[in-house]
Amino acid sequence: MTVVREISGWGRWPRRICTLETPRDPAAAAAAAARPGAMIARGLGRAYGDAALNPDRTVAADRLNRFESFDPDTGVLIAEAGVSLAEIIETFLPRGFFPAVTPGTKFVTLGGAIAADVHGKNHHAVGSFGDHVLWLDLATAGGVRRCSPDASPDLFNATIGGMGLTGIVLRAAIGLMRVQSGWMRQRTVVAPDLSAAIAVFEGTLHVPYSVAWIDCLATGTARGRSLVYLGDHAGADDLDGAAPFDIPRRAARSMRVDAPSGALNRWSVRAFNAAYFRAGARKPAEALVDWDRYFYPLDAIHGWNRIYGRRGFAQHQCALPLATSQDALAQMLDAIAASGLGSFLAVLKRFGPGAPQRPLSFPIEGYTLALDLPLTGDALTLMGRLDDIVVAAHGRIYLAKDARMTQRTFESGYGPGLGAFAAMTNPSFSSLQSKRLGL
Amino acid sequence: MIGASDPKGGNQDRPVLILGARSDMALALAHDLAKRGHPLQLAVRDPEKLARDRADLVTRHGVQVSLHGFDALEGGAAHALLADLPAPPRIVISAVGMLGDQDADAADPARARRIIDTNFTGPALALEIIAADMAARGGACAVIGIGSVAGDRGRAKNYVYGAAKAGFAAYLSGMRQKYAATDLHVLTVKPGFVSTAMTEGMDLPAPLTLTPEAMSAGILRSLDRGRQVHYNWRWRLVMTVIRLLPEKIFIRTKF
Repeated sequence: MTVVREISGWGRWPRRICTLETPRDPAAAAAAAARPGAMIARGLGRAYGDAALNPDRTVAADRLNRFESFDPDTGVLIAEAGVSLAEIIETFLPRGFFPAVTPGTKFVTLGGAIAADVHGKNHHAVGSFGDHVLWLDLATAGGVRRCSPDASPDLFNATIGGMGLTGIVLRAAIGLMRVQSGWMRQRTVVAPDLSAAIAVFEGTLHVPYSVAWIDCLATGTARGRSLVYLGDHAGADDLDGAAPFDIPRRAARSMRVDAPSGALNRWSVRAFNAAYFRAGARKPAEALVDWDRYFYPLDAIHGWNRIYGRRGFAQHQCALPLATSQDALAQMLDAIAASGLGSFLAVLKRFGPGAPQRPLSFPIEGYTLALDLPLTGDALTLMGRLDDIVVAAHGRIYLAKDARMTQRTFESGYGPGLGAFAAMTNPSFSSLQSKRLGL
Repeated sequence: MIGASDPKGGNQDRPVLILGARSDMALALAHDLAKRGHPLQLAVRDPEKLARDRADLVTRHGVQVSLHGFDALEGGAAHALLADLPAPPRIVISAVGMLGDQDADAADPARARRIIDTNFTGPALALEIIAADMAARGGACAVIGIGSVAGDRGRAKNYVYGAAKAGFAAYLSGMRQKYAATDLHVLTVKPGFVSTAMTEGMDLPAPLTLTPEAMSAGILRSLDRGRQVHYNWRWRLVMTVIRLLPEKIFIRTKF
């Protein structure tokens, strides 16, 4: 089926009228990949910018949504690439399994998670999504190829994190992780400034999950004050009698209309940040939280991206090497404070070792800072300034979040792997992002 | 009283047979029924084409799913099908149907007959045989026939299809009366526009177009409540107006 429709990434900018093809099954998707005309695959559209937009041919994975098999002894799931993490959790959490790696939304497809090599709050402990992929079937004009660490490893590594530029992922085998319950033990540590936050991360590398909400508008001695959330899957005896997997479902709410464009301004965001920090500091330090609230607090509001108004928003997420992290983060916080533009969703996280064998995989050992900013001229200027700090610190920007970085910023961040990546790409696959970045 | 399906689950002893199981609506129903724990018996012309969906249903819901070759246009196919099933079904659903192309079908009797047989005589006669078998075994059981709002009034745009669906609805209504004193429940489903492979590429009005998943949820709600005819409420309104229009006025309209 082919429809022509205006689509965008999650940041709702840019928008483009695209021809969307929706193959019915992997064989139809493989046929689409073999037809002439450059295309890009698209999952649930959670990449923020233009990574899954190709006006001529965008191939939607909506109907590649079948599970093929699951082995409860090994936890290996084989599924078509359009299956979402939400479906995986719904199906397998009651059987005691959870995705080994999950990003901050469950509304991502298997194919999308592979293409962006997504990471979660446990990156420092278990790596990124690609570390749990056993093999994948990749469709190109040349046919379908099974890729794994043993078979076509270069293509396998280029595809994980490769933003769909090596072909269309049809199916994949991934390892799920055993859990004893759907509950998480969460501990909140209040960090009064940036170096305290970093000290908390460095001192808790043995804890499976960690992430911090950072108040990027606090200045002076409070610069970088954070709430660091540490977590782990609760065992059967942590539950206080609660049923391990029978968790009441939250009723999802929807944001049905756009907020007025000015709703998030420097005053409302500053007030929100200050109130959020105080509230977090007051709450009990330890809590038992269900998986949905713990991993996906924003999924409870469908269409939360509309809070930024019709103009949309952009996310700036960088990864910084360990050696330069603290200085670069301090400079970035100063730049944000100086601009007066706050982000009400600023997240700091410690990455474990990256995956240099995967040329476009984002994580590198060090720190990652993610900021949501409404799309205004001032915000774009600020993001350009932040890019400069990242480049100087030998860091890089996350392609899944990017809608606007320059080719120069990109090449400086991913430089060493770009030659290897170019050898694995295929002119049949391109997106607005790949053209913008000269990929 | 629990009918042929317990919405809370635990339906391991209540197999569901779906005729024409490859349609999008049939697959949505298959998922919802498997979620309730029903074993599934999927009957289609070419079972090989359902292999991937079978694996998905088994992996996702952990139920038994068997595939069966069945062509509604072949007389006697229902008897052969019944003999082929691993267990007698407690619910049978017919999702057999084909929209066709009105002008070409009206101009060619062979094509028109194929549309009529696919939408009416084929599924009606198969349901007759399967219903008789189910009723004879006793216990709560159900027949669900998927018709169409197109059968509510003949329209220039699709009356070959519409007349066949009207015949199917009349047949089901007769069966319902025949079995009224037994535990066999007959549910006639009248979908309006559904975004499926059948309507691919058509420009459908969004407020009146349901997804197969929404359709399936509605059908099961009607089954649980013991309803005889299932309409989406918006379509019930629309079709009430269309049915009430006097013929003299109706023929001048353009729907």
